[in-house]
Amino acid sequence: MRLERRSHVPLHIVFIAPVAAVCVALSLAAGLIAAAGVNPLTAYMELLRGALGSRLSISEMLTRATPLIFTGLAAAVAFRARLWNIGAEGQFFMGALMTAWVGHSLSLPGPLGVVILMLLGMVAGAALLAGPAVMRLRFGVDEVVTTLLLNFIALLFVGLMIEGPLRDPLAFGWPSSVPVDGAYRLPDLIPRTRLHYGLIVAIGAAGAVWLLFSRTVFGMESRATGLSAPAARFAGISLPGTLMGVAVLSGALAGLAGSVEVLGVTAGVTTTMSPGFGYAGIVVAMLAALQPAGVVGSAIFVATIFVGADAMSRATGVPSFIADVIVALCLLSMLVALLFTTHQVRR
Amino acid sequence: MTGPVLEMHQITKRFGSFTAIDDVTLTLGEGEILALLGENGAGKTTLMNILFGHYAAEAGRVRVLGTDLPSGRPRAAIEAGVGMVHQHFALAGNLTVLDNVMLGSESLLRLRSARADARRKLLRIADRFGLPVDPEAQVNRLSVGERQRVEILKALYRDARVLILDEPTAVLARPEAQRLFETLREMAAEGLSLIFISHKLQEVMAASDRVAVLRSGQMIAERNTAETSAEELAELMVGRKVTRPVRQAHPLGAPVLVARNLSIDDAGETQLQDVSFTVNEGEILGIVGVSGNGQATLSRMLSGLVKPTSGTMTLSGTDIRMLGPRGLIAARAGRVPEDRLAEGVVADLAVWENAILERIRTPAFSRHGFVRRAAAKAYATELITRFDIRGATPETRTGQLSGGNVQKLILGRCLSIGPKFILANQPTRGLDEGAIAAVHETLLEARSQGAAILLISEELDEAVALSDHIQAIVKGRLSKPVPSAEANAQKLGLMMAGIWEGDDHAA
Repeated sequence: MRLERRSHVPLHIVFIAPVAAVCVALSLAAGLIAAAGVNPLTAYMELLRGALGSRLSISEMLTRATPLIFTGLAAAVAFRARLWNIGAEGQFFMGALMTAWVGHSLSLPGPLGVVILMLLGMVAGAALLAGPAVMRLRFGVDEVVTTLLLNFIALLFVGLMIEGPLRDPLAFGWPSSVPVDGAYRLPDLIPRTRLHYGLIVAIGAAGAVWLLFSRTVFGMESRATGLSAPAARFAGISLPGTLMGVAVLSGALAGLAGSVEVLGVTAGVTTTMSPGFGYAGIVVAMLAALQPAGVVGSAIFVATIFVGADAMSRATGVPSFIADVIVALCLLSMLVALLFTTHQVRR
Repeated sequence: MTGPVLEMHQITKRFGSFTAIDDVTLTLGEGEILALLGENGAGKTTLMNILFGHYAAEAGRVRVLGTDLPSGRPRAAIEAGVGMVHQHFALAGNLTVLDNVMLGSESLLRLRSARADARRKLLRIADRFGLPVDPEAQVNRLSVGERQRVEILKALYRDARVLILDEPTAVLARPEAQRLFETLREMAAEGLSLIFISHKLQEVMAASDRVAVLRSGQMIAERNTAETSAEELAELMVGRKVTRPVRQAHPLGAPVLVARNLSIDDAGETQLQDVSFTVNEGEILGIVGVSGNGQATLSRMLSGLVKPTSGTMTLSGTDIRMLGPRGLIAARAGRVPEDRLAEGVVADLAVWENAILERIRTPAFSRHGFVRRAAAKAYATELITRFDIRGATPETRTGQLSGGNVQKLILGRCLSIGPKFILANQPTRGLDEGAIAAVHETLLEARSQGAAILLISEELDEAVALSDHIQAIVKGRLSKPVPSAEANAQKLGLMMAGIWEGDDHAA
């Protein structure tokens, strides 16, 4: 038995792969749920009900999906060009902090202010990834290590700022930054829920990234660079230029995630505002096979697991950590599934 | 020769609806060297994979030394005494020769490894078959030819009586290939039976006792090597008469590419030293040499990937010394790289994307940062028809094309810019006879239209046949040009050894 490269990838396999990966992950997790003494079917029904059972739960799920779309896009953009950005979490926080800081004292008309604040969040995220990208280009430093470690530095920096200069005096001792001015808060998409217009921005971003990658010179050059650096160089593509462009785009998308989360949900920055949006973005991107269009769907799936797991935990007593287990299993089984989209088993 | 050591009887293998091997029967006698000749995709490797048990055949049987082999079990093939040396070596570079040879032949459950015994056995085999080797040398440090020797020893260590070599000379320079053939003779004289797979006629004629010709999965003919000729084999292999085109003498035009005293130092090491050459309009200048003497650097420089440290380089009078790939293309210099799948194209991109990749920023193929997809695909379609790129549509994944068709794409892309100059580095390496003829045809066509072509080749026959003048490259230095009409094998041999007239530096 051996693996052989497929001469062409049939379209149906592209769609079956993530579905099969999710099924495998869910059945593996079912074993753990059963071990916790709960019928897996009951648990999964509770999970679905918790995420999709009511208007409120759907809105919560979509609220959770919004930053995941951005961080998923950030990972997809970088990974396609073989820039291993594991630092979306840190970039998320830098974007959030920048937005809250400037947004607290900015005095501009509402819509213009929102745009400026989002752009600033993007700049902050991009700036955090620019350092590792330059270090990789100039000195060959592995960006997996630098971006990963910068996450902790960024989080501790946020802690420093919200305990110090940016501390919100009205937060009753809660460690939170000053909030953005109410004029810049994103309006609700569905009244009396937390779901805000950030979702539209996120879907728009997915469309823009798709357009960029499939239709522009930059997109084609960065794909070529990711697929074969020597061939890209031979064709005259500047590898440093392309990689820096990708780094700026990826960092900006992760920064935008933090910015939108502040503008739409939290108003101020806390060190607990992200339940790992940056890391989960990697799973979102992989489940979407790094396709920008697929990121929206896979972000909704991952958000369903996270939001639903809380409800499941309340109803059945299975610890909500099972959500992390399910998402991690999805990542692993998707990696195997991706292999089978490009290869087939022969004997 | 006694009875056959190997019989493959009426083998048929299908992949889906495609019949890769169609009712093939093959025998091999003791001490015989059989060449399995065929074009790329004729089924040579598939047939040998069936013999070795990698694939299970739909029909037919395999007998080795009188016993039937169960199908689809490589281990059974090894135990029966069949060894295989693949085209791409399977060696662990960070281990020693001895470790590599022993790897997988010892039981995992044994607590102590019998290195001393293994070493003795290895040296005994090496001595008997004339394959000198240092058991403690690290494989990374060995040359390609030496690594191949280790692969052969690995098979012999497992007591192979029948040895299959898949395109053994594809990775070797000519002297190494000669040495390999001598080794094969010695091994055959010691009673081993050998099959080597090849699509090169000269080496089949030089090294085999018998030739089996495979075409489209069918056994077309078997000949005793002594009773056939390269011409007959070529015709059998391709299925029609293939003749390489012949260069017609014609007057050369004005100088196009003029390089004077170019040197390249890389990290303190001299890659090219004081290199001068001129390629005229309608001229092919051949650069010959043993691989690793600076051809790669010369090619990278003319591709715009490295800049000369000193010297001048002009194209029709304009300075092109500091131009990158896209600057060179704009100056109408086309480039055919040595490794077409690693450098020439991005294998995972579509044909249309590779067709325009090096010119993607020109107005023809993009506007305001957006790719003009319709124009690009139309252009790709045109290339496919004009250069007869088989099996391709604009949307085809490029890596799916055969080597010859990828080369046609690269050449077509080059020629469509109306090149004044073309760099062609090993343009026919690894191609089959039909594709070689097509590439030669295209280059000669460009020549007659006035292009100046620099051909870097390790195939002397090719260099002499195509070139108007020949220069040899030795340790980063170039000999004076000689007209190819005066270049006989002896003269070229001396040039490639660095002995050229009127030059005191020559070693």
